[in-house]
Amino acid sequence: MRYNRLALYGLLGLAAIMIMAPVFIMISTSVKSMDEIRDGSIFTLPADPSFAAWSKAWLGDCSQTLGEKCGGLSSSFMTSVQIVIPALILSVGLGAVTGYSLAVWKMKGANLMFAALLVGMFIPPQVTLYPLIIMIRELGIFGSIPGLILVHVIWGVAFTTMMFRNFFKTVPQDLLKAARIDGAGFWALFWHVMLPLSLPILGVAMILQFTYIWNDFLLGLTFGGRSGQPMTVALNNLVGSQFGEKEYNVDMAATMLTALPTLAVYLLSGRLFVRGIAAGAVKG
Amino acid sequence: MAEPAPDVLQRSDEGKITSKPAKKRWRPQWSAGVALVPAMTITIVCFYGFIIWTFVISLTRSRLLPVYKFTGFDQYVRLFANERWWTAMQNLAIHGFLFIGGCVVFGYLLAILIDRGVKAEGMFRTVFMLPLSMSFIVTGVIWQWVMNPGLGLQEAVRALGWTGFEFNWIVRPDRSIYTLAIAGIWQQVGLCMALFLAGLRNIDPNIWKASRVDGIPVWRVYLHIVTPMLRTVFFTVFILMSAIVMKAFDLVVALTGGGPGFSSDLPARFVVDHILNRQELGLGAAGAFVLLCTVIAVISPYIYYELKKERSGRGH
Repeated sequence: MRYNRLALYGLLGLAAIMIMAPVFIMISTSVKSMDEIRDGSIFTLPADPSFAAWSKAWLGDCSQTLGEKCGGLSSSFMTSVQIVIPALILSVGLGAVTGYSLAVWKMKGANLMFAALLVGMFIPPQVTLYPLIIMIRELGIFGSIPGLILVHVIWGVAFTTMMFRNFFKTVPQDLLKAARIDGAGFWALFWHVMLPLSLPILGVAMILQFTYIWNDFLLGLTFGGRSGQPMTVALNNLVGSQFGEKEYNVDMAATMLTALPTLAVYLLSGRLFVRGIAAGAVKG
Repeated sequence: MAEPAPDVLQRSDEGKITSKPAKKRWRPQWSAGVALVPAMTITIVCFYGFIIWTFVISLTRSRLLPVYKFTGFDQYVRLFANERWWTAMQNLAIHGFLFIGGCVVFGYLLAILIDRGVKAEGMFRTVFMLPLSMSFIVTGVIWQWVMNPGLGLQEAVRALGWTGFEFNWIVRPDRSIYTLAIAGIWQQVGLCMALFLAGLRNIDPNIWKASRVDGIPVWRVYLHIVTPMLRTVFFTVFILMSAIVMKAFDLVVALTGGGPGFSSDLPARFVVDHILNRQELGLGAAGAFVLLCTVIAVISPYIYYELKKERSGRGH
């Protein structure tokens, strides 16, 4: 029996090491110098940790400027923040209201519409990509932050609606009836009864939407243009660029910087993330 | 739970204030209808309308811009004659099999290990799900570095003394597709573990008690009793992972760039490449539509099952 326990912890420990190894390699590479990277192996600990590569990844290398930008990730970080915050609020807000209408106010066709929306979550974005480009261009917001915000709201609403609708379905009918008898209208019921009840699910939806929008690549690549380039796109460009010698420490520092916001949200939110990720996994 | 009710009573008699003739009174149901307009517009126009639009484009000879000169199914004929498309479809099958299989097997094993009652369960779960919070781009870049043939894992293992060690799959056209599965499993295995673990926790403890009384070995209980009971969880995991595979775009771009050559290309990347970069709009649209049909074929049993569950759930 004791050997069984030992094997159990051994296997779990091994799995944990295998999952953490690439993260460890990323961090340790990012604080090494290029000489050390060439001479040592990816497993060796950094002999003389330095954050030079981090500052280069963040600020860019201003000695080789192309135009006024130094090529660091700081500007695309700001772009990502400017995209994420409005897109997050709008998509979660719209999802809450839509989910509430569908779940509580029994209208004809509500289930049909929900099914249509649910199927929409599975549609690969590639299938609607070109018409969406035309629409955003006709609206005059192609290649800009507002354009990306709108696209994220469009792509996020199915997921957020599903989260809220499924939650509101579980609210006891008696509570709704009581509020209706007391004269609560559509918005009063939403603001004073349903929204306060849905705070946990609101948290889950916010965390997941934050993660999805921050981690998006395809929409940022397609709709961002030069001025609306989010961090994932900038990272991919940085790593893929063929100018000069490849600086793996800068690449890894840039990767770490891009991963940090969602990593922090994950570590801080714990169970809420886990609850939401299962529900939202269908979303690509 | 009922606390908000008095508050509602005071603030929500706008219906009475505006009440003129009872017929014309604004009904809350109408507000609900109005509130649905944005989401309904998005669903009808941006989902289904745009799918039809893409289908229409796929029937034309559009290249750089949409040109509505119809050529029937010519683009589909071209698509199916396109060698790169077949490579991508074949890769989808290989990657799908390895990635979904790997996620299911390793995810289930990890869930079973954790379910055996370990200390620090929370820590293990946090570690296994950590990669999920990172983007496919980040995952791809990290693994590209780990699998770098010159300075990555291959060199590191050789430096440890195993000088003949070879792991240069990322630069080998015949192996590069497998690297996608490695990085993909690393990222998604935690999600599968979480889903399986939730399923295992739902199993009636009496089954374990009974099997212990009967002296059935633990592994046989898992294999012959627990696993068949979790078939809906297996189904869900399969569907979720399939959806990820069919949309897989970011990971290929960041990890292999579809290369060497087009050896690790996937249909989602083929489509984006032809629409955005290659001025082959019609061909890209045809590829997108075929991709959609593949998704529908895999997903529809799941949607059907979900809706059926919902319908029967409302019965009681």
